[in-house]
Amino acid sequence: MAGVGSACLLVALIAALYAAGASVYAARSGRRQFALSGRRAIYCMAGLLALAMGILEAAFLGDDFSFALVAQGSSSDTPTFYKVTAMWATQSGSLLLWAFLLSVYASLVLFLTRRSLREIAPWATAVLGLIGAFFLLLMVGWENPFDTLQRAPADGAGLNPLLRHPAMMIHPPMLYSGYVGFSIPFAFAVGALITRRTGADWIRSTRRFALVAWTFLGTGIMLGALWSYTELGWGGYWAWDPVENASLMPWLVGTAFLHSVMVQEKRGMLKVWNASLIVATFVLALLGTFLVRSGILDSIHAFGASTIGVQFLIFIALVAVASTALVVSRLPHLRSEARLDSLLSREAFFLLNNLVLVGLCLVIFWGTFFPLISEAFTGEKASLGPPWFDGYTTPLALVLVLLAGVGPVLAWRRVTWAGIRRALRIPVAASAGALVLLLLLTDAGDSAPSLVMFCLAAFVLAVVGQEFWRGAAARRVMTGDPWPRALTTLVGRNRRRYGGYIVHAGIAVLFLGVAASSAFLTQRDVRLSPGQSTKVGDYTVTYVRPTARLGGDRAGTGAPISFGAVLELRKGGHRELLRPSRNFYPTQDASKGAIGRFFEGEATSEVDLRWGARQDFWAAVRPDISELDGPIREANARFGDSNPNVQGFVIAAITDRYRRNPPPAAFRFIVSPLVAWIWIGGGIALLGALVAAWPSPEARLRRVRALQAARVGRELSRA
Amino acid sequence: MDPSRKRKLRLVALLGVVVVLGAALVYTSFSASTEASSPSQVKPGRSYELTGKVVPGSIDKSGDELRFRIRDRDGSASVPVAYRGVVPDPFRDGREVIVSGELKGGTFVAERDSLVTKCPSKFTKKS
Repeated sequence: MAGVGSACLLVALIAALYAAGASVYAARSGRRQFALSGRRAIYCMAGLLALAMGILEAAFLGDDFSFALVAQGSSSDTPTFYKVTAMWATQSGSLLLWAFLLSVYASLVLFLTRRSLREIAPWATAVLGLIGAFFLLLMVGWENPFDTLQRAPADGAGLNPLLRHPAMMIHPPMLYSGYVGFSIPFAFAVGALITRRTGADWIRSTRRFALVAWTFLGTGIMLGALWSYTELGWGGYWAWDPVENASLMPWLVGTAFLHSVMVQEKRGMLKVWNASLIVATFVLALLGTFLVRSGILDSIHAFGASTIGVQFLIFIALVAVASTALVVSRLPHLRSEARLDSLLSREAFFLLNNLVLVGLCLVIFWGTFFPLISEAFTGEKASLGPPWFDGYTTPLALVLVLLAGVGPVLAWRRVTWAGIRRALRIPVAASAGALVLLLLLTDAGDSAPSLVMFCLAAFVLAVVGQEFWRGAAARRVMTGDPWPRALTTLVGRNRRRYGGYIVHAGIAVLFLGVAASSAFLTQRDVRLSPGQSTKVGDYTVTYVRPTARLGGDRAGTGAPISFGAVLELRKGGHRELLRPSRNFYPTQDASKGAIGRFFEGEATSEVDLRWGARQDFWAAVRPDISELDGPIREANARFGDSNPNVQGFVIAAITDRYRRNPPPAAFRFIVSPLVAWIWIGGGIALLGALVAAWPSPEARLRRVRALQAARVGRELSRA
Repeated sequence: MDPSRKRKLRLVALLGVVVVLGAALVYTSFSASTEASSPSQVKPGRSYELTGKVVPGSIDKSGDELRFRIRDRDGSASVPVAYRGVVPDPFRDGREVIVSGELKGGTFVAERDSLVTKCPSKFTKKS
């Protein structure tokens, strides 16, 4: 089957190149049938890559260790869920996923635009074909996911234990869907520039793809943060790590793009800016894919040195240079159709929000690549820590949230002071009220940036609430519908607008959680013996007893051994039990001994936490198993050659020893206020994005009517 | 003021702000950064971000304190490290780690909770 898989990739590469060639020929010669043929070649590529994915998945599920990838990333005792998802934990498997998603997105958009954008679509097909060809070339030439082993090992190495977390397995496809999705508006922007059709047509056709890509990327980032919080054993959700930054940068520029295209659609302005933004977004998405693989930046993730770094860099440089040259050469065609009338207008605020988002991205870019910059200038590799990032991103985030509140209430072109007063009266009162309440009732005043963020979040929520209320009230006056009905039809008729408002509310809630949990976090690292207690915030934690489990760890990751603790959590009259633990995975390293290898391999924290609307209680344990070293050494010597049943019995005896004579264990406890609102806010934003992206029946109707009108117009002019 | 002059003025003001912020960015980043050094480069008297591999067999836990040696990637020099605080999950013999601190009396005294271990790689190199 591996041969079939390799053949799929090769034929898909040929199809992608053919799609590019045929489409360019079609565009230059005007022969439509070649455009059709190019489009079909993309469908063909999607089919072949789906088949390749299927073959590889079957190999993972069937434990076919003759596949190098399966032997490397899976094992027969890996739980089924992680077998299915282990594919994208490997270098070449994730490249295949990238190419597959690209071909699916490309097929979908080309199918949807098959009757429109006749001039632009062939060029977009060519661009998408070339991007696909690059990824296929990487696989065919250097990183073939279908490489086989001469001698299949009896069992595979297993999936990296740290990745055995549901969020981590959904995170890569989400992230890639985001990265890949931005290639669609990019391809159509290139097509529009080449054909000099720089109106808003390409934006209208691909806007939804940009929005979907943005949503996927955002969800992927959120899942990554959730994984960090619940799996990594340090209790944080964001550390300004290069790999995190790499995913955030295209998201920020993509956010700017989603806002500024509205200005182009409504007023025909900012054309150069929009073209540049989508180019930047796509290049940053490629850079994100590359950074994870290159190992050029020191990161906690520090993925192994890769064989394809140079190829990737060349491709990114080519894309960046070629698209910049294209934008510059088309500058005369990208003139604005209108001028900015006033600095107090919605378009001016969109521009401002764009500057802030791009500024944020530039700061993060500088900080992320600073080790390379510093090495180039001073010869020494120096890095920037979270405080530096926080120093710049905090004020920018505050401005951003403020703009998210002010922007929606401003009118296009020009606003009157009376209008502003009317629109902002209630929100300003809301944030002033929040300020007074916070100062009187809480100690939020201890952290000025957080206090400002709380007030701004109240402001945004009030603006969004007011917009919904006013819209629904107006509908009620018009139609006499009851409130719920008025609200749903209001949102249904203006999905993009009200979806956007929901996203704003979600982002405000998210930042509320970030501000509270970063400034008012209580963290304690303590060593406790069974029976001892400690106070964390207003909680009392008692280490009740140690636990030692063989097989069947609580999270279902397939760890054979797990040491942990039972904790009793008390607050007021309320009592609860927590069970943090630490999973131990066997190593293949023979020097650790037949018994020792079960204790000396990878170990991961299985955090236990109590979610709460007001605060989370987070607990991780690091059991001290050094006292088992003696018995393990002894067991290695005496039972090294015994049969597996006896060894299993010995391992059980050793783990039980930890439970009977527990040494003090190290704990980390975190009380994090409002941190759950980060995920809730993310969920609200996701919901809003779905509302905005959902195709509305009325929009379709309008499109059909417009087409009809155009046809009638053509016929009339012919008559 | 006529509109074109107003626009020019706005542009100049914007560029001015951009230049000032850019300069601040460059200035603060060079002064706030910590240098990453390997064990052969550290000298007493200033703080470093030490990177290297954990010497196999050198890890010694005694109570709260963790002692181990870090050596250069090519294995030429090594330095003993005294560390307190949280030890990340993947900390093992032979792993690449980063730790901040200062060299005092021949031992690298690390700041609390500054130890970072690199993941054993998600995308491992083919052997």
